[in-house]
Amino acid sequence: MNAPPPSQAGPEPPVRSDLPFYIGLFVLSGLYVFLISAMLLADLAYTTPGALLRALTSPETRYAIKLSLVSCTITTIFSLWVAAPTGYLLSRYKFRGKALLDSVLDIPIVLPPLVVGLSLLILFRTAPGIAFETLYERATGARITYAVAGVVLAQFMVACAFAVRTMRATFDGISPRREQVALTLGCSRGQAFWSVALPEARKGIVVAATLAWARSLGEFGPILIFAGATRLKTEVLSTTVFLEMSVGNVEAAVAVSLLMIIASLFVLVIVRVFGYAEYVR
Amino acid sequence: MPMPRGGGRRVIVLDKVTVRAGAFVLPEVSLAVPTGQYAVLMGKTGCGKTTLVEAVCGLRAVAAGRIELHGRDVTRLRPAERGIGYVPQDTALFSTLSVRDHLAFALHIRRWPRRDVADRVAELADALGITHLLPRKPAGLSGGEAQRVALGRALSFRPRVLCLDEPLSALDQDTRHEMHALLASVKDRFGVTVLHVTHDRHEAERLADKLFLIAEGRLEEA
Repeated sequence: MNAPPPSQAGPEPPVRSDLPFYIGLFVLSGLYVFLISAMLLADLAYTTPGALLRALTSPETRYAIKLSLVSCTITTIFSLWVAAPTGYLLSRYKFRGKALLDSVLDIPIVLPPLVVGLSLLILFRTAPGIAFETLYERATGARITYAVAGVVLAQFMVACAFAVRTMRATFDGISPRREQVALTLGCSRGQAFWSVALPEARKGIVVAATLAWARSLGEFGPILIFAGATRLKTEVLSTTVFLEMSVGNVEAAVAVSLLMIIASLFVLVIVRVFGYAEYVR
Repeated sequence: MPMPRGGGRRVIVLDKVTVRAGAFVLPEVSLAVPTGQYAVLMGKTGCGKTTLVEAVCGLRAVAAGRIELHGRDVTRLRPAERGIGYVPQDTALFSTLSVRDHLAFALHIRRWPRRDVADRVAELADALGITHLLPRKPAGLSGGEAQRVALGRALSFRPRVLCLDEPLSALDQDTRHEMHALLASVKDRFGVTVLHVTHDRHEAERLADKLFLIAEGRLEEA
């Protein structure tokens, strides 16, 4: 060792104050938090209860509220059905092509939303796409593109990717030991998944559902391109904001926005209660 | 299918079993445990004991060799087809189920009639001294109580082989002595042949009819 013995060590070098660092942390984060709060407060200040009520009772808005609630809920259910098994697959198994699958599942997250919508539209212009839509129309009497089913599909394409991420993180956080015990107790892999893994993942399922729901509620680009923005047909809340803004009715746009802010805050509370940090990385 | 239970018949047989876990290899392990005996497999942490128990239970594929239970080659069978009661190190209780549901879990999977399930649960709970815990969830249980529940869950479906992986490592001294007494009585009360893995010499000597040591990638009978 070349270090001098303590008795010969010189005086300690002066240590700089930590205060500027802490001030920096607080000022920078505080600035952002202030912007977020100010933005929401401005929305609140802009509108009056009367205007709010007027906007929210118009038949178009009421239809948009209804369609948003219904489509987001359907999207959430579909997303969970796909996300729970996919998250489980990614978390528990090693197989060839896993890295590729993992990357493909990230595409909807990183792709610009407009591109998702356009790509869906192009898909339904190909021969298999047209054939599928014809079959669907024969079975249900409704179309997919520029129709309600298109709203759900557009929401699903993006929301499901978030649900998959959440479910994967959830299963990663659960030891596979319990499922292994279930296997020794007589379960097949499927039984162990249904009766042990899924109940253990219940909090993650709630978080995944909530995030998928919130994501669908805010979806706009893909819906606009793939399902259109037809009043009383494919108009969801985000479409309403866009349509009201484009005709200069800022008051109504803000009123609907407030509604979506409230829904978002509600989602935030639910996700916080069930452990946001655990699942969203 | 009833099997003869003659003394000296070998219930658990490992024939040149090689197991791998990542870069770790435990090569060509052979051992035999006769009917109704309590075998203890002792070795330091990281010597491959847990890996070996997982292989016996079917939770890990063996790289080479044969595993026989009651004269039946189970090397390629799934865990559910082996009929082994398994108690892992951390008990791995199901957090959403009550103690009663734990004891009934394997019986529901086997579609036992409701009445038989209730009888078996009551019998097990009584034998393990956990009757007062039946309605409780795992979250409220002490270490010793959780181990009893895990043991009851493993014994519920009347397996003839019981595998215990460091079942007492997380317990305090008093509880450990209590559990020693319980485990010592298990093989007679429940008619099982036991394979118990531990790093604790005292525990091994207290319980073992047959003691195996794993060190430096080799298994020897002590």
